[in-house]
Amino acid sequence: MIRTEEMLLNVGPQHPSTHGVFRVIVKIDGETIVEATPVIGYLHRGTEKLAEDLTYTQIIPYTDRMDYLSAMIGNYALVHAVETLMGLEIPERAEYLRVIAMELNRIASHLVWFGTYLLDIGALTPFLYAFREREKILRLFAELSGARLTYSYMRIGGVKWDVPDDGWLGRVRRFIDDFKGALEEFHTLVTGNEIVQARLKGVGKYDQETAIAYGLTGVNLRSTGVAYDVRKAKPYSIYDRFDFEVPVRTEGDLWARYLLRMAELEQSRRIVEQAVAQFPSGGEIMAKLPKLIRPPAGEVYTSVESPRGELGVYILSEGKPQPYRIHFRRPSFVNLQLLPKLLVGENIANMIAILGSIDIVLGEVDA
Amino acid sequence: MKVILEVIIFTILVLGYAPFAIYVHRKLLGWMQGRVGPNRAGPYGLLQTIADTLKVLQKEEIIPANADTALFRIAPIIAFAPAFIVFAVIPFAPSLTFADLGVGLLFYVAVASISTIGVIAGGYASNNKWSLIGAMRAAAQMISYEIPLVLAALGVVLLAGSLNLNTIVEAQSRSVWFVIPQILGFVIFLIAAIAELNRTPFDLTEAESELVAGYQTEYSGVRFAFFMLAEYVYLLAMGGLIATLYFGGWLPPHPALAFIPGIVWFLLKALIFAFLPFWLQATFPRARVDQLMTFAWKWLIPLAMVNLVLTAMAKAWI
Repeated sequence: MIRTEEMLLNVGPQHPSTHGVFRVIVKIDGETIVEATPVIGYLHRGTEKLAEDLTYTQIIPYTDRMDYLSAMIGNYALVHAVETLMGLEIPERAEYLRVIAMELNRIASHLVWFGTYLLDIGALTPFLYAFREREKILRLFAELSGARLTYSYMRIGGVKWDVPDDGWLGRVRRFIDDFKGALEEFHTLVTGNEIVQARLKGVGKYDQETAIAYGLTGVNLRSTGVAYDVRKAKPYSIYDRFDFEVPVRTEGDLWARYLLRMAELEQSRRIVEQAVAQFPSGGEIMAKLPKLIRPPAGEVYTSVESPRGELGVYILSEGKPQPYRIHFRRPSFVNLQLLPKLLVGENIANMIAILGSIDIVLGEVDA
Repeated sequence: MKVILEVIIFTILVLGYAPFAIYVHRKLLGWMQGRVGPNRAGPYGLLQTIADTLKVLQKEEIIPANADTALFRIAPIIAFAPAFIVFAVIPFAPSLTFADLGVGLLFYVAVASISTIGVIAGGYASNNKWSLIGAMRAAAQMISYEIPLVLAALGVVLLAGSLNLNTIVEAQSRSVWFVIPQILGFVIFLIAAIAELNRTPFDLTEAESELVAGYQTEYSGVRFAFFMLAEYVYLLAMGGLIATLYFGGWLPPHPALAFIPGIVWFLLKALIFAFLPFWLQATFPRARVDQLMTFAWKWLIPLAMVNLVLTAMAKAWI
């Protein structure tokens, strides 16, 4: 028997496939991983502590920068918690605008995942096709909110900007119609590919019990057969008005997660389609609110379905303009905890594929 | 004197081909990916590669602190020189072969495998773990795929009855192009050639998303350019070899088209196969290292042997 030595390999924080400043130290035997230790915190900004000195409205830009791929949903998670604490009634027009913005953002976020994930497993072209579609969404967002990535579009009590009156909704409608074709194109180009299937099927498997024990949410949980989607389980905003499904699979492997995210693109597309069709012709976009927002003393926890899972916001208020304590339950951070367990016994190529399929955003992991 | 002149002209031609190939590569990839590709430097971006080369030449030569300096310096040359040497046996046109060796095919395969040593040496000398893993993969992959490559080519050798590449081409002028009787062999050869050249879906040795840049990680400036150059020159060499073995080399597709010089036909065929990997690169993801080995040993090699036996039987009885 030849005695071979194990080698410590430092992956990241500067590595093409760690999706930001994530670092994992792996002990490898040949190419097989024996042990993996993730190191996080390179992007830590102390959002929760900073928020204690800010008024609620001032916290909104910080939520943009947590999960920067779905800033609309981050914005909403915060304002939704404050609104729940205050018991605010939101104008219908604002709710529709929020849903359209959030679901378009979910599509944009999943598109980034789709592109970068295939880049991780070595396919170059889907990335550019995905970004071509995402670009259309970012343009719509720029017209709506003035920003392409950090929107700060939501406000406590409504949204900041009304629909641009140059046919913006028509352009959303056209995008949504065209996107159907783009989705089909993605499936034709990628889903049926033998190499993609060989790379994804049966890899990175975990069962339902593990998923629940680790508190996984989003696609990472739904790939093991649990139909848990916050939009259905604890409906918020006006999601109860739309007809959409929660795609679920039971394999728990990379392939299941790939198919689920692709299916969610279609579901989000359907929601936007319905929201545009039902969009109210008039009305306010902001509720009547005092200049300085002081929620009543008390605590609240609300959660929303972000593209990465359950994004929760906990607020402890003393009735002051600033929160006493605010906590974000960041799904990327929670989902990442399973990584060291999943990596043991895999090789380096699978490591990249597994990390990609968990779908983390480092701004959110490190907050 | 004539020989020296020939060598100089040939070297300039091959060196001139590399920037052209890189330009075509980037332009083709651009079009396939819904982009425009290079279009800033010069008309249609034609000078882009020249600009890049000038930039690379100006780079500081960085050698990592604990690298094996001598090996680190010489590795790119070991990888690069064989890429040029193999052109010696490729028949460009009826009387245009630099060295008309009796064992031309054997010479090609033998010399080409020297490049692997350059890659391994480069990866090992860098004293970088990514480079080392890349080099290990390169060693495993290139050795595995050389076997089906040679076995597939043996089918052609059986049909032509010679290892001389000129004789192989002439044999095809008497019958059909060998791609028709050797279709299975051709497919195996093409797959093995793509793996041998480290192109997608077998680009495991420099898999960017996994190994940063594999064995090239620590290389920069001129030495990096040498590795790059070797890669593109090999593409043409392999294209030339495929054209010679399976598509009749300099022969026109139909005798009526014989008025077009043989070198045009040869270059046309060679370039098609030299640029085919770019198309694959835009289409496929990367295979995993274990799948790659399984594929070589459990599928390609047995199939290549079947092909060889079938060819031998056909040769004996027909």
